Amino acid sequence: MSLRSPLGRALGLGAAGNGTQHWWQQRVTAVALALLGAWFAICIVGADLADRAALTAWIARPLNATLLLLLVLTAAWHSLLGSRVVVEDYVKGAIKVPLLLTLQFVHAIAAVVGVVAVLQIAIGGT
Amino acid sequence: MTAGNRPLSPHLQIYRPQITSVLSISHRISGIVLTAGLLLLVYWLAALAAGDTAYAAALAVLGAWPVKLLLFLGSFAFFYHFANGLRHLWWDSGRGFEISEVNASGWVVLVAATLLTALVWAVLLLGGGS
Repeated sequence: MSLRSPLGRALGLGAAGNGTQHWWQQRVTAVALALLGAWFAICIVGADLADRAALTAWIARPLNATLLLLLVLTAAWHSLLGSRVVVEDYVKGAIKVPLLLTLQFVHAIAAVVGVVAVLQIAIGGT
Repeated sequence: MTAGNRPLSPHLQIYRPQITSVLSISHRISGIVLTAGLLLLVYWLAALAAGDTAYAAALAVLGAWPVKLLLFLGSFAFFYHFANGLRHLWWDSGRGFEISEVNASGWVVLVAATLLTALVWAVLLLGGGS
């Protein structure tokens, strides 16, 4: 049981019931992605994409593995927030909710596949 | 909702496209393109983890010309969303809202995205990479 008054619980939440949470998460992930995205773009441009051994050795370094995991997770989160809004704004009718569910699942799967792949390269010794 | 005989305010198809409105919808479109880019990143990582054969197959797919063209457009979407995202963060700080400033920052974003895309592909193609 909450000791907060009904008014205290409702203040700041607005019509959507979650206040500024979505907006703020989009901004926090945006700042993180500006840094992680710049790092990744610079590394990719400088890398030899045909050399798998060199690439996996690079990913296996703890700092790179850490930043890559952060990149995959942050990008998936930011992408889910953004694509949700696009669907909510433009899609009407019966396919709206199935489409939102699909977005959720696709992003969850993408995040997990990406994390497993990085971990496998980093500590699985492929 | 039916409009009936109520007067309607002009909507998108009435207004002349302006740099503000075009860049605004482009931010959303490039965001959707980058959602596909996220899936591509994950595919690339999974192929790297899966072994030499799987990675060679992935490289063959990514190196094909139609895919390369998509990658080129995708890289522009990345740099556009990147630069315009910084523009949005700048707005979030409460600055840059004068019409002249909004127009100027819009052009800065377009030029920056174009230059960064050109730079990356110049390095990729001239560097002898795949």
